[in-house]
Formats: sequence, C-alpha cells, structure tokens
Amino acid sequence: MPTRAPGRPAAPPSAPMRHRRRGVRSPLLHRLDVKGSPYAYIAPFFLLFCAFGLFPLAYTAWVSLHEWTLLSDTQTFIGVGNFSTLFQDEYFWNATFNTLSIGILSTVPQLMLAIWLAHLLNRPLRAQTFLRITLLLPNVTSVVAVVVIFSQLFGRDFGLINWVLSWFGAGSVDWAAGTATSHVAISVMIMWRWTGYNTLIYLAAMQAVPRELYEAATIDGANGFTQLRKITIPMIKPTIVFTVIVSTIGAMQILAEPLLFGATTGSGGMITGGPDRQFQTLALYIYEHGFTNFDFGYASAASWVMFVFVVLVAGINYLFTRRSAGGLR
Amino acid sequence: MRRNSAARRLTYLTLLAVGFFSAFPLYYSVVVASRHNSALAEVPPPLLPGGNFFANVARVFDTVPFALALMNSFLVAGSIALATMFLSTLAGFAFAKLRFRGKNALLLMTVGTMMVPAQLGIIPLYMLMVKIEWTGSMYALIVPALVNAFGVFFMTQYLSRALPTELLEAGRVDGCTTWGLFWHVVLPVARPAAAVLGMLTFMSAWNDYFWPLVVLTPENPTVQVALSTLASGYVNDYVLGLAGTAVGTLPLIIIFAVLGKQIIGGIMQGAVKG
Repeated sequence: MPTRAPGRPAAPPSAPMRHRRRGVRSPLLHRLDVKGSPYAYIAPFFLLFCAFGLFPLAYTAWVSLHEWTLLSDTQTFIGVGNFSTLFQDEYFWNATFNTLSIGILSTVPQLMLAIWLAHLLNRPLRAQTFLRITLLLPNVTSVVAVVVIFSQLFGRDFGLINWVLSWFGAGSVDWAAGTATSHVAISVMIMWRWTGYNTLIYLAAMQAVPRELYEAATIDGANGFTQLRKITIPMIKPTIVFTVIVSTIGAMQILAEPLLFGATTGSGGMITGGPDRQFQTLALYIYEHGFTNFDFGYASAASWVMFVFVVLVAGINYLFTRRSAGGLR
Repeated sequence: MRRNSAARRLTYLTLLAVGFFSAFPLYYSVVVASRHNSALAEVPPPLLPGGNFFANVARVFDTVPFALALMNSFLVAGSIALATMFLSTLAGFAFAKLRFRGKNALLLMTVGTMMVPAQLGIIPLYMLMVKIEWTGSMYALIVPALVNAFGVFFMTQYLSRALPTELLEAGRVDGCTTWGLFWHVVLPVARPAAAVLGMLTFMSAWNDYFWPLVVLTPENPTVQVALSTLASGYVNDYVLGLAGTAVGTLPLIIIFAVLGKQIIGGIMQGAVKG
C-alpha cells in the first residue's frame, strides 16, 4: 500500500486527509462519483458474465436448432430435428441412466458421511486443525490426479483394493468392465475428493447452533445420535439444502472422472466411457459429439436437455430435502 | 465426564481412520511413483517408497512438455488469482457498503449465476474462441476467469462484516472520492480475506481440467492437460502417470501446508451464509 491506512475506526483517518488539500471538487463530479462508481465497480463481473457466461448459454439454444458442424460453413435450420434424433438415441438414455446412477451413488453416502463427520468434529477435540487439514487434503488434489491415483488402486491385476479384498476371499474384480463396479469406482473417487469439503461446510453451520439446545438435551438424557437427529439436522437445514443443490448440479455434470477412468484403465473407450459405454455420463456424451465429432448443433441440443434435467433433479431434491429433513419438534 | 471418555476415544479413532483414508491414496501414489513398473506386480504390493522417484520424474519431463506446462499453469492460475482478488474486492465493496439503485437485485443475480451449470455453454464458448483465434492460447483460460460470482459474494460477505461504515463516512467527510476510499480504506481491511480468496482461486484454476483440455493443444498444455496426456497412453505406465501427478500436485500441497488453516477458515466462512 502506498499510504498507511487506519486499521481501526478510532485512529484518525490520515490518508483521506491528503485528498482534501487537493481542493474542493465540483458538486456535479461528486454526485457522479457517488451515483456512478458503484456500477463501475460491479461492471467487470457482469461484463465478463455476459460475454463468457450468458451469451454462450443463449447461443447454445440457437445452435441447437441447426445442422451445425465445425467443418461446414453453412448452417441449416432444422427446428427440433436434433432433439428428436437425440430422444431416439439409446446411447443418450444410457448416458442419462449412468449419470443418475453415479450421481446417487456418489452424493447420498457422501453427504450423510459428511454430516456424521461434522457431528464428530463439532466438539472440543485436540488437533482440530490437523484433522481438518487432513480432511481437506483430497479436495486440493486435482481431478486428473485423483483418477490417475484411483485407477491404479482399482486396477484389476495389481490394484491395492483387489489385494485387500482378496484377504476376504474375493476374486479379483475388473472394476472398469462392469456397469455397477465402474459406477462404484467412479463414485468412490468423487466421494474421496468431496466428503471433507462438505464436512467443513456442515461443521461451520453446526458451530452456529446455540450450545444451550445441546445442554438441555443432555439433561433430558438424549444421546449423541438423538441430538444429531433432533437438533443438529433441523438446525442446519438451510445448509443441507444448499449442499444438496450444489452437489446435484455437480453430479449431473460429471465428466472428468469417467473420461479419465476410461483413458487410464486402457479399456479402449476414452470418449465413450468404456467399450460398452458402461460409464459414459451425459456430459461425456456431449463431449463425444461436440469435441470429437464436432457436431455442434447436436451437442448443443444435448446440452439443453441436460440443463433441463439439472433443473428438474435439483428442484425435486430441493423439495425433498426441505420436507424430509424435518423441523424442530 | 467418565461416561464420555470411551465415546471420546471412539471419536478420535473414527476421525483418525478418516484421516488415514484421506491421506493414504496420496501417500501410496508417491510409493508407486518412486518404483519400477515391475514392482507393481509384486504380491504383497510395495508399501514403502523406493529410490526411483527422480528417474521417473525425469522420464515425465522427457515424455511431455512438463516444464512448459508448469510455467503455463503458474501463469494462468497466478493471473486469475490476482485479478479475482482485485475485481472481487472492488465489486464486494460496492455491494457491501455503497448505495445504488438495484443493488439487491444485482447481488441476487450474482449469487444466482453460481447455480448455472458451466458446461452448458461450453460449445458456443469454444466457437467464440475459434472465432477470435484464442484456441491454443492461455488467453482462452485467463480472460473468462478474471472474476467469478463466488469471489464477489465472498468479498461482499467479508466486507459487510469487517469494514466499519464509520471509517468510510470519515473518509467521505474528508473529501475522499469513492476510488480513494477503495484504495486507502477498503483494500487494507480486505487484505486477509482477499488472500484466502486468492489461494482458493489459484488452487481451482491450477486444477481446472475440462476447459483447458477442450481449448488447448497437447503441445502447449497446462499441468492437468499434460497429466491426462501422460495417463492416457496406449501402454499403461502407471509409474509415469503417478510421478507426473506427484510433481503436478506438489505446488498446491506446499501452499496448503503453509496456509491450510486460513484456507479452511475461508471455506467455512464463505460457504455457509448462502
């Protein structure tokens, strides 16, 4: 900072003093400054959002109504042609099923585990900071790193997970090959990366719950689990709703995990999510059509349908969480 | 109290187990990265690091342009972080402390944009980049990410709490312009939160994968793009992939080890109020 600024209100504001000596500004300029500068300060965000967020979004709708590829210069308007082709494509429905399956497998256990862990952490414990840092460590790791690491762990022949399972007499599982097993493997990767993050968010919400509620419950003889169910969860419901929505939106767009899992397990299908499309998600389906076939019109149509799905599923989850998480009784 | 001590021990045990599962995959990746591919076929698998790490890292640099990738990633993540810190503080100041028409609606819109699935617009965004000839260039990564809704919201939250209104009023009385207030009063107060935001932004920009994969070429990659090239070879060279992963993750682990406490504080403060 070029000038020393006052750190607390009590200190004399020395820096602004210097401005006064520069002379009195005209009232018009002053009015312009006060009325106008707030808009100038928020303008960068809104300009960038319009150029790189809103415009592409709206343009997707326009492109989706055309026969539009990278290679051809002419674009033909075909109305809902892309959409009707899409709805007849069984690979599209396969991708929809995979997205929902991986989405449920990765988010439901993850958020429940996160609530429980936050509940455990929400008490005076030693080494709080250390525990929290360890919990967040996976979230610092990139998606690429996570999938590379876990593809090795989930390896069919020499993977550590199959080795541990063999202690219990299980034969070696070809994780990437099956529909269910590949969904489990991908969900584990997502869970590993995000559980700690959601734990911290729940923990922050739990710390705002008044202590007296727990003290009263303890006097009434309620054990830890009852307190979690009857006090904590109802009290942090807004946060739960928030995380459910955010996780749903994230889960509906899963792409990097299946893409890289297909690549690193060498099963042949990088773009298709395995040779039998057993773990191709919607986002990966869009990627396949948009960026390997460069069929922009068709991929845009798929994007819009995915968007509708996201809104639908997020809406359903919103209503469901708001109702079922229960109120204080 | 006595009744609690068994439960307490169970709590510690559970949390330690969770900590183990969080850290172990990273540790094991270093174990694999420091050995030969042949060691992977051993039963039981090796659980301690071997002596081959630096030789494997050297192979990484021979296989893909990894030095260039590291440089590109530092450039991209660094510029995005600096720009986001500055522009978010600016917008956060306006939303938290200045009066203007339509403020609440605009703030609500800002928060609302966080809910828009980013991948929806990726095809036109790519077409746009082709049109302005930014494909293959770092501009395509930096410019769209200069400021984001989360940053604006995060700084708005912080400044409305931490910046005393009297301080601004005193500055006004002394004839400070709005920009003067921002420069001399707001920035110093905002510094701790902006630093946390900068770290969070740096980490997510460093880890960004999909958009760089789409818009860059393997010849001029970021770290994540180079890693995915390494990992998707025809022959499964896990050792090579994991050695690259270790080097590519190291900068973030260092940042996190030094500033972990602040970063966690930032996540916990920023995310809840939504």
